[in-house]
Amino acid sequence: MPSRNKRERRRANLRALLYLSPWLIGFSVFFLYPLLSTVYFSFQRYDLFTLEPVGLLNYKYFLQDEAAWTSIKNTLWLVVVMVPLRVLFGLGVSQLVTKLKSGQGIFRTIFYLPSLVPLVAGTLGFVFLLNPGTGPVQAILGAVGIHSPDWFGDPAWSKWGLTLLSLWSVGDLMVIFMAALLDVPKQLYEAASLDGATAWQQFTRITLPVIRPVLMFATVTGVIQTLQYFTQAMVAARVASGATDSAGSVFTPGYPDQSTLTFPEWLFQQGFRDFAMGYACVLALVLFVVSMIFTLILLRQFRGFAEEEA
Amino acid sequence: MKRLLAITAAAGLALLTACTAGTEVSPTKIEASPTSHDPVTIEFWHGFSADNELKAFADTLAGFKQKYPWITVNATKAIQDDQILQAVRGGNPPDVALSFTTDSVAQFCKANIFQDLNPYLAASKIQADTLFPKVIAEYTQYQGKRCVMPMLADTYGLYYNKKLMKGNQPPKTLTELAELTKKLTVKDAQGNIKVAGFVPTSQMYENAPLHTGVMVGAKWTNPDGTSAVGSDPQWKKLMTWQKELTDALGYDKLEKFRKSFGDEWSADNPFNKGKVAMAIDGEWRNAMLAADAPEVDYGTAPMPVADDQPERYGAGFIAGTVIGIPRGAKHAEAAWELVKYLTTDTDALVTLSNAIRNVPSTLPALQSPKLKKDPNFQTFLDIFANPNSTTLPAHINSVFNQQTLSEAQIKWEAGRAPDLNALLAEVDKTINEKLKLTAGG
Repeated sequence: MPSRNKRERRRANLRALLYLSPWLIGFSVFFLYPLLSTVYFSFQRYDLFTLEPVGLLNYKYFLQDEAAWTSIKNTLWLVVVMVPLRVLFGLGVSQLVTKLKSGQGIFRTIFYLPSLVPLVAGTLGFVFLLNPGTGPVQAILGAVGIHSPDWFGDPAWSKWGLTLLSLWSVGDLMVIFMAALLDVPKQLYEAASLDGATAWQQFTRITLPVIRPVLMFATVTGVIQTLQYFTQAMVAARVASGATDSAGSVFTPGYPDQSTLTFPEWLFQQGFRDFAMGYACVLALVLFVVSMIFTLILLRQFRGFAEEEA
Repeated sequence: MKRLLAITAAAGLALLTACTAGTEVSPTKIEASPTSHDPVTIEFWHGFSADNELKAFADTLAGFKQKYPWITVNATKAIQDDQILQAVRGGNPPDVALSFTTDSVAQFCKANIFQDLNPYLAASKIQADTLFPKVIAEYTQYQGKRCVMPMLADTYGLYYNKKLMKGNQPPKTLTELAELTKKLTVKDAQGNIKVAGFVPTSQMYENAPLHTGVMVGAKWTNPDGTSAVGSDPQWKKLMTWQKELTDALGYDKLEKFRKSFGDEWSADNPFNKGKVAMAIDGEWRNAMLAADAPEVDYGTAPMPVADDQPERYGAGFIAGTVIGIPRGAKHAEAAWELVKYLTTDTDALVTLSNAIRNVPSTLPALQSPKLKKDPNFQTFLDIFANPNSTTLPAHINSVFNQQTLSEAQIKWEAGRAPDLNALLAEVDKTINEKLKLTAGG
């Protein structure tokens, strides 16, 4: 009898393994193997072609790499400032658009259009609009006596420039928030009005609690996207610096003064421009750990919501 | 489930070990001269893309076909270094590849991305040291390994717009350049620059420290590869001069003016448009001016030099295009015939030089009577032949070193770094730490 049980258990295990195999293969090839490779390469001097074990050298270099720490500060700045502003702005715009009595379709389209523009093209256009030499925004503000800063050329303003760019393309959030706002039961507002609740009270006591999961979703995805922020920062810095693609004219991401240098940019620079792939793997592991921490914190918050809902 | 995970992890590790093994390269064996003339087609990747460049290349390759009728060249245009690296990594490289920048030569040689050409040179009895000017040797080899050959060269000098110069002669010293810049700069009532005598900031198109450092004879590295930027007083001299002139014109005004320029490689280049009286640029600008702005009456001269180094007047910065045989090339010997032809054949180099107005990179080609010369182009041929002309020797962190100094220069010019000595000491520290990371030096 015991041997029969054992056989059945083994068969059940094999069956489970068979059912799990597509996931296991995908997990091993696309997650586990790259992760193990990254850990392995982080202990190597690896120029993409040759390997040399160097122990903890890459990790020690990270601790004293000022540019890496600057990029971490910049990325955190964007997470702390840009993500909440985007969520708030998206919520404000969607509130306005849903409240419009007429022309809702036109405004919805106008606000949504920038998010359809490809990232590179959108960033290029935005930086040209704000160019202090030829940009129309500067010219218009100058004509009415307003001195506008050099948004992408002054390190004090460059991250704000990127934030403005992200607000300009807030259409993706607007659509999600509009769907959530239109989903709030109307009778709740009617009942609150009868009880004499003000518009602000209705917003904080009815709207916000109902759309809170959507706000949380927007925040989680916003944080994860911002931890990977790359294209806009790279393109904006390149255009603003005026660096040309010619021998001897090197372009350094983060222009000006590393003020827009994000962590993924520095990682890319180390791995694919400076051929320090071993060190880039250390940076990748740091990004992985930080992203995991953020995700876990936010998932716990989600679970809290789910329990509240239940 | 724990066992399952352990098995998966072990499989992953085994796969990882298998994938990262075998990165060593066996030494190249070359026959004295290829005996087989069996038809062969070789893949050639290059970065040229302009119509005149492609036509020049087609003409040159036609000359190659006449000389080596059994070799067919399949050329692919507009290729960047990244694509070459990916192809080598993927084990499917072209037979011959060309790179526009010399910045990666150390990496190419160290990691065997391109094959060592010394055995090929020896087999073909080519004396590279006597065929090319000495300075070229510095950027085509690394630690004794010559993994690329020079194919045309670029030199840098001063272009001046004769009308905007208002009868003044081109400056020979930095003091003369500063005085003339202030004299020739035209501002409007609000103080905005309309015409600049010269744009002194390092962010101006070809004003990168790589090119301007030659004006003061500044050194980048010590013989052991560590940074010489902080210890060589010439960098401080150059940056102090740049800052003084920048402050005289106004950094904000200069930036606003610079950001109104068109693309460097288009017809809207500010020199073509008469917005700057003097500009540092490469010899290729002659061809671009002829094509895009034939009405501009201009002259060329060597770059001005530090006041205390008059003997160095006439020198300039030299770099160029490099070409080699990537690791894993399928037809290495036929590939070598093409590399040899494009880099050592006088007629091939002269044909290319005449068409795209780059400096031919061998001494015999420089002397060729077929080489088209005019006074403006001759300036660059003279700079190329000047014994004081320099290049950036191949360095494992070449790009990083340039970026680090460029960033420091921008901070300094903008007035965001008050202490130049501390700034340059920081540049040294950053470069030296990076050297330990990438080369263990």
